Amino acid sequence: MPEIAGYRRAWFGGQPDYLYPPYTSTTLRAPGQPLVLLPHTLSEVTGPLFGVEDVGAADNDLTVQHQAAPLGERIIVSGRVLDANGRVVPRALVEIWQCNAAGRYAHKVDNHDAPLDPNFTGCGRMLTDAEGHYRFVTIKPGAYPWRNHYNAWRPGHIHFSIFGQGIVTRLVTQMYFPGDPLLAYDPIFNSTADDKARQRLVAQFDWENTQPEWALAYRFDIILRGREATPMER
Amino acid sequence: MSLIPTPSQTVGPYFSLGLDALNKTELCAPEAPGALTLSGQLLDGAGAPVADAVLEIWQAARSGRYAHPEDRRELPLEKDWKGFGRVPTDREGRFSFTTVKPGAVPGPAAQMQAPHIVVLVGMRGLLRHLMTRIYFPDEPANERDPILAMVPLARRPTLVAQPAGPKALRWNINLQGPDETVFFSY
Repeated sequence: MPEIAGYRRAWFGGQPDYLYPPYTSTTLRAPGQPLVLLPHTLSEVTGPLFGVEDVGAADNDLTVQHQAAPLGERIIVSGRVLDANGRVVPRALVEIWQCNAAGRYAHKVDNHDAPLDPNFTGCGRMLTDAEGHYRFVTIKPGAYPWRNHYNAWRPGHIHFSIFGQGIVTRLVTQMYFPGDPLLAYDPIFNSTADDKARQRLVAQFDWENTQPEWALAYRFDIILRGREATPMER
Repeated sequence: MSLIPTPSQTVGPYFSLGLDALNKTELCAPEAPGALTLSGQLLDGAGAPVADAVLEIWQAARSGRYAHPEDRRELPLEKDWKGFGRVPTDREGRFSFTTVKPGAVPGPAAQMQAPHIVVLVGMRGLLRHLMTRIYFPDEPANERDPILAMVPLARRPTLVAQPAGPKALRWNINLQGPDETVFFSY
């Protein structure tokens, strides 16, 4: 078997560290010992493939999963999944979850004093198309308090989980909204030191996809790791 | 072209809302030839069970072949074999899944790797998921495994599952402490 081209490593500040004390939950959960640098073998550059059997045709519309429309501001969130070399990632599985417009998750451990919405579960999934595009219809998630520090509030966000071509490109992240004043105070958002990398987490208002009389749109492109040149290409 | 990759963010405490639909704790049928159960417990730095974690499993089939187009070796693949599992922990931090022992797979510099399972671990408090591996007990190839060879000798046992009865293996994850599991920089 020929040598395998690996994926480029994160540079300093381009990804969060495991131990980040401002986010207090990291202190008992971040590894204490140094990580062992893993070469990328066939075990890492391969990964699970998903197909149409894994997603329902309407799973990308979070506003039609119940009897009536959920409360809140309807939005369209779309973008492309690319790798750092600019190549599209087709048939990538994109899974999302979020709280409702009032800032409450339809989850048993969320006890925030905000109303549940019987018409909103807050989960969706789809595969990117041949050009790497995805598109969700949902409602804008509210801010909510958490106990990380005094008067701590999470900025509105949508959780994203993406499977690219190999298990080593697996990404779980969060999408934030432009201009949110809470971003400056959020340790999870600020855990990525590099400003340009951190701004990747903020969607852009998308006037072109905004639909008159119906919904605002946001654009959120997701950039997975890029592959090194193969030995043949060097 | 070189684009800046999107940073990782924690899965948070509510990931089951979005991820549960594709949970998979049986990578093969429990009655399939060679099927075994791998179970364990996930503990944090205070020794407390982590009840809100999710493990993702990636492994080759019994032949050593990955169900992925980049594995072009002509080795048999069981019908419907995907090699992927998604296993949340329960209230006691316990997890369990059913699978087969994979075959050996190629490693760096034309060396073969001992049979192993790739495990990703995500939870609230982890800004990036962890990556580790499960190796198998009584496996002579472990001695020559090029990845295990990179791990300090005293820490290697954290990557090797232990027998726990017929067709059962046990493997725990310790996030910190004297028995901290080896995690990889990927």
